[in-house]
Amino acid sequence: MFRSPTIIGYLTIVRKEVLRVFRIWMQTLLPSVITMGLYFAIFGTFIGSQLPPTHGFSYIQFIVPGLVMMAVITNAYTNVVSTFFGAKMQRYLEELLVSPLPNWVIVAGFVTGGVVRALIVAVLVLGVSLFFTHLVIFNLLVIFGAVLLTSILFSIAGLLNGIYAKTFDAINIVPTFVLTPLTYLGGVFYSIDKLPVFFRYLSLANPILYMVNAFRYGFLGISDVSVGVSFGVMTAFIVALLVLTLYLFGKGAGLKS
Amino acid sequence: MAKIPAIEIGEVKKVYKTGVEALKGVSLTVPAGEFMALLGPNGAGKSTLIGILSGLVNKTSGTISVNGVSIDVDHDKAKSFIGVVPQEFNFNWFEKVIDIVVNQAGYYGIPRKEALPRAEQLLKDLELWDKRFTASNQLSGGMKRRLMIARALIHEPKVLLLDEPTAGVDVELRRSMWTFLRELNNDGTTIILTTHYLEEAEQLCRRVAIIDQGAIIREGTVKDLLTNLSGVTLLVDTVEPIRQAELQLLRGYPIKKHDETTLEVRLQHGDTANDVLRKISSIGLGIVNIRNSGSRLEEVFLELTKK
Repeated sequence: MFRSPTIIGYLTIVRKEVLRVFRIWMQTLLPSVITMGLYFAIFGTFIGSQLPPTHGFSYIQFIVPGLVMMAVITNAYTNVVSTFFGAKMQRYLEELLVSPLPNWVIVAGFVTGGVVRALIVAVLVLGVSLFFTHLVIFNLLVIFGAVLLTSILFSIAGLLNGIYAKTFDAINIVPTFVLTPLTYLGGVFYSIDKLPVFFRYLSLANPILYMVNAFRYGFLGISDVSVGVSFGVMTAFIVALLVLTLYLFGKGAGLKS
Repeated sequence: MAKIPAIEIGEVKKVYKTGVEALKGVSLTVPAGEFMALLGPNGAGKSTLIGILSGLVNKTSGTISVNGVSIDVDHDKAKSFIGVVPQEFNFNWFEKVIDIVVNQAGYYGIPRKEALPRAEQLLKDLELWDKRFTASNQLSGGMKRRLMIARALIHEPKVLLLDEPTAGVDVELRRSMWTFLRELNNDGTTIILTTHYLEEAEQLCRRVAIIDQGAIIREGTVKDLLTNLSGVTLLVDTVEPIRQAELQLLRGYPIKKHDETTLEVRLQHGDTANDVLRKISSIGLGIVNIRNSGSRLEEVFLELTKK
């Protein structure tokens, strides 16, 4: 079967990235399964059983989509930032930079690696959730669309962090001080309807709120924000970050002298 | 029709963000099939030039064509003609030798099925086949250098750029790498190397460009450069220690004492050694050995780059 050189190059990067995810599965797949299992047990079952239903669903049913999304965001981001920054620091990114592969193919290869890991983790975490509750599926297309766009978005964001990062500290700052707080405040554990008006409006400025709610809508058919707006926000962020990433690649910022 | 040059560099300048002007308008043409050395002291701009050619450094201005393709018009195509062996090791420490080479083929659009036999041949030629399943961080320094050569050749480039390819490599391995590179050049690959070992350039290359402070100060065939050498320095080893009285007798000749049993003879361009050697013999000093003080190219290099 004939494949164009560009496709072969892309598949080579993807193959390498995906093999890495499976080779070091204890670092890439297992941690989220354990962490989210603990969230399901402690917040969902022990504490959640004492809470009233949210929008007509038990608390654990309410938080499962948000926690899956939290795992997706973290895994997509950290996968790309760590593999890209590692390649930059050990200088084997040069293998790609000297090759005739167009920049967009290199970006697509790394992003696909992050998306694949995020989707695998999503399936695993959903699997774990079945030990604690049963899954309700409202709209499969919305579920798949939301998880795919979110993983693409945060894979690109991880790549951007990798481009700018000069030290190992720099790849931990964004996940610790930006991603984690935004995810916790993004409606994973609560509906923003329960918040005072000021904080409800403030929450609308958090992009992760839209992703969590779109994903939750796919399962439960409930959302704090319009699902159409959520998909619009995700698409807009993807386009903006992608344009910026390709611009930086073209300039060689953080990659070339 | 004239053959398209492998590399054409026109007035290339590079100013780093720090303000350092690494290249001050370098122009150079490397004919296809050439074996050329880029010589220069540390910080002269050699690695910057190799970096620009390989796509790892952005030029500030000027033009570069590889095999007739301008990097400003189609950089990706221009890069497809080039194989790069950098100065520092740049592969994934945990990746296996075979994967490093085969993945690189993939980046150049070569299907895995085609890349595997190519990788096998290259790794056998470079005596790395037994190590194909070894992680790169387990290899010796010499093996790592050979791995970088195998990786650079997997897509059968028309031009091979080598930045200090034999740095830190023992003599035996260096010689075997020279043989490999000579064969590669004989098969038609244009090779450009930077090296600190001037003997290496003299042994391997037909052409030399000497770069200093960001500018090419001399370029030509090795033979021409050596012919125009203003002089050479010979070291003459004597049987017995040299005494002061004997040095007095050698006054008026371009001779000075190098150490207890060695005389240093400086011959100007066009001089023959016969008279000087005859004089040394005539005063009763037995000669056991005559050698160049360094490589002859080294003398050219020092002459041109002396401040």
